[in-house]
Amino acid sequence: MKTDIILSGVGGQGILSIAAVIGEAALCEGLYMKQAEVHGMSQRGGDVQSNLRLSDQPIASDLIPLGAADLIISLEPMEALRYLPYLKKDGWLVTNSQPLVNIPNYPDVEKLKAELDKLPHKVVLDVDAIAKEAGSVRASNIVMLGAATPFLGIEFEKIADGVRRIFERKGEEVVNLNLRALQAGYDLAKN
Amino acid sequence: MEKHLFLGDEAIAQAAIDAGLSGVYAYPGTPSTEITEYIQSSPIAKERGIHSRWCANEKTAMEAALGMSYAGKRSLCCMKHVGMNVAADCFMNAAMSGINGGMIIVTADDPSMHSSQNEQDNRVYGNFAMIPMLEPSSQQEAYDMVYHGFELSERLGYPILLRITTRMAHSRAGVVTQELKPQNPMHCPEDGRQRYILLPALARKRYQALIAAQPVFEEASENSPYNIYYDAPNRKLGIITTGIAFNYLSENYPDGFEYPVLKITQYPVPRKMIGRLVASCDEILVLEEGYPVVEQQLKGILSIDLTVHGRLDGTLRRDGELTPDAVGKALGKTITQYYATPEVVEQRPPALCQGCGHRDMYEALNEVLKEYEGAKVFGDIGCYTLGALPPFRAIDTCIDMGSSITMAKGAADAGVYPAVSVIGDSTFTHSGMTGLLDCVNENTNITIVISDNETTAMTGGQDSAGTGRLESICAGIGVAPEHIRVMVPLKKNYEEMKQIIREELEYKGVSVLIPRRECIQTLTRKKRASKK
Repeated sequence: MKTDIILSGVGGQGILSIAAVIGEAALCEGLYMKQAEVHGMSQRGGDVQSNLRLSDQPIASDLIPLGAADLIISLEPMEALRYLPYLKKDGWLVTNSQPLVNIPNYPDVEKLKAELDKLPHKVVLDVDAIAKEAGSVRASNIVMLGAATPFLGIEFEKIADGVRRIFERKGEEVVNLNLRALQAGYDLAKN
Repeated sequence: MEKHLFLGDEAIAQAAIDAGLSGVYAYPGTPSTEITEYIQSSPIAKERGIHSRWCANEKTAMEAALGMSYAGKRSLCCMKHVGMNVAADCFMNAAMSGINGGMIIVTADDPSMHSSQNEQDNRVYGNFAMIPMLEPSSQQEAYDMVYHGFELSERLGYPILLRITTRMAHSRAGVVTQELKPQNPMHCPEDGRQRYILLPALARKRYQALIAAQPVFEEASENSPYNIYYDAPNRKLGIITTGIAFNYLSENYPDGFEYPVLKITQYPVPRKMIGRLVASCDEILVLEEGYPVVEQQLKGILSIDLTVHGRLDGTLRRDGELTPDAVGKALGKTITQYYATPEVVEQRPPALCQGCGHRDMYEALNEVLKEYEGAKVFGDIGCYTLGALPPFRAIDTCIDMGSSITMAKGAADAGVYPAVSVIGDSTFTHSGMTGLLDCVNENTNITIVISDNETTAMTGGQDSAGTGRLESICAGIGVAPEHIRVMVPLKKNYEEMKQIIREELEYKGVSVLIPRRECIQTLTRKKRASKK
């Protein structure tokens, strides 16, 4: 088993929480994992990404080579496209459809959609709306994680356990909200 | 023996605690910050009374770490690469005095400048100071090197420089930890005055001792469990890797190396091991994260009878961090990209947060400076450096910590008017205060804005050394109290702010303006915490 994942989004959207949940689940599964993330200046509303590698064999590089990612998980459509050079030929792209516009020259949303349509394997979801339905838009990132779960190579229940452990400290209400968000994302992607 | 998921920074911190650390001394700087933060939040560290409070700057940090080592205890000093420039005075001389309790200095370098103004490779400093260096290739190795590093430091009698880069500092992996060791008791050195008083006559002896220790350091490298020679059948090429470059090489050979490989992670470079590689291979390729340090040593000046490939001959790019692809290309492998980034994708640079006080400060300052032709604004290092970008385009320079004040001074001396300095509160106490004294001593015609958000914001909201005392610090340095003007940077106060800025630009002497409003990030975090 080996899954290479690029997580992308905009600083503050919560890609590191997605990484933390997957990491927790991977560690419990006894998998090897490496996860490179970016801290510091770029977290201030700039583009952020994290390289997450899971395997049942030791992993060499913290960074994923070009053309080698099995999966891109993105919380923002333009940020999903930015990392396409890393995607495998038959890799999947799972992204939020809702743009985060914080630059004056943000491209035409229809043009972004057209580029996403060109890809053979993708899941494009309005996770913000689904998260709202599940209880709070702040759980958008976990909806996204739910939608990506079928592609991770880790069972849904193990990811749910990861959510429980990562959000445990924040109380039962937050745990339940995130579990609903995870399930909602998962159900939509499976269909 | 427990397995944890640790950032490289966290592995270093946990290893130091487990090795019997008594104090960490540091100033925040990406990508080193999480080492000290981890120790600050560690229950064992609290229980053991391990010092972990932030220092005013890297120099005060290193001196305090040396002091703790002098008193016999194990100390850790952490900084980002450019922080070493600030601490270098102490660093170079700690190599002369040597240490008593084990001392490890961590430099977290930032090739590709993810969050920095240069990509200097501080292994050069290690060679400069002539002390042993460690450069881990994995989070586990980072843990092990620090866990055993204090003993190594004590055995050799010198501080150890541990060099990591961004991808080690900020990448997570499973790490197996070891048992907690006792802390050293306090014991000041018996021969202390011979070693720690660097008067010329004594310093000459210390330098001779440092020179005499070089073969011992080299022997330690030759026998290091971290320097490993991997033999392979194809001797056309021999490959030397340093630090995490080893991982990128391994990524390209999942089924085992094609060529002999020497993995270097402890310095000074193991000369005998390199000799063996050179003797058995036709040509050498050097893969290192950062400057061509080993490559240059290998080439010397004349490169007699040895073909060395690396960053100097263009086999690898001279600048930027290594990647598995860059290394693959250097090995002649083809890289297949199936999809390109569509042209429609735009750059998304970082920006000041919505609601940030620096925004209101720049709005008001920009408005007033429109009235003055020839105004120059000297910026500094912090979130407010983002004032360089649109929509503000508010600063003309950003060089190093504290330089806003002293560059503005020099420019004012040359006739620039108005010469304005913009500096944050934490940067001011890091390196701005001494420059302010220079200005006061000459009554320089300068206007200094200390944009005070009461935290070290860029690195994630660490305590700022002068919080609550900036006015008294400035007055103590000698700024006239009536020219220390505090304001609240909010839209509703623009007219008042502009009036104050105008008045102080017109004053022919040193003025300090302090727009003060808490960082929006730390404020939000506090509000959330109080809700719980």
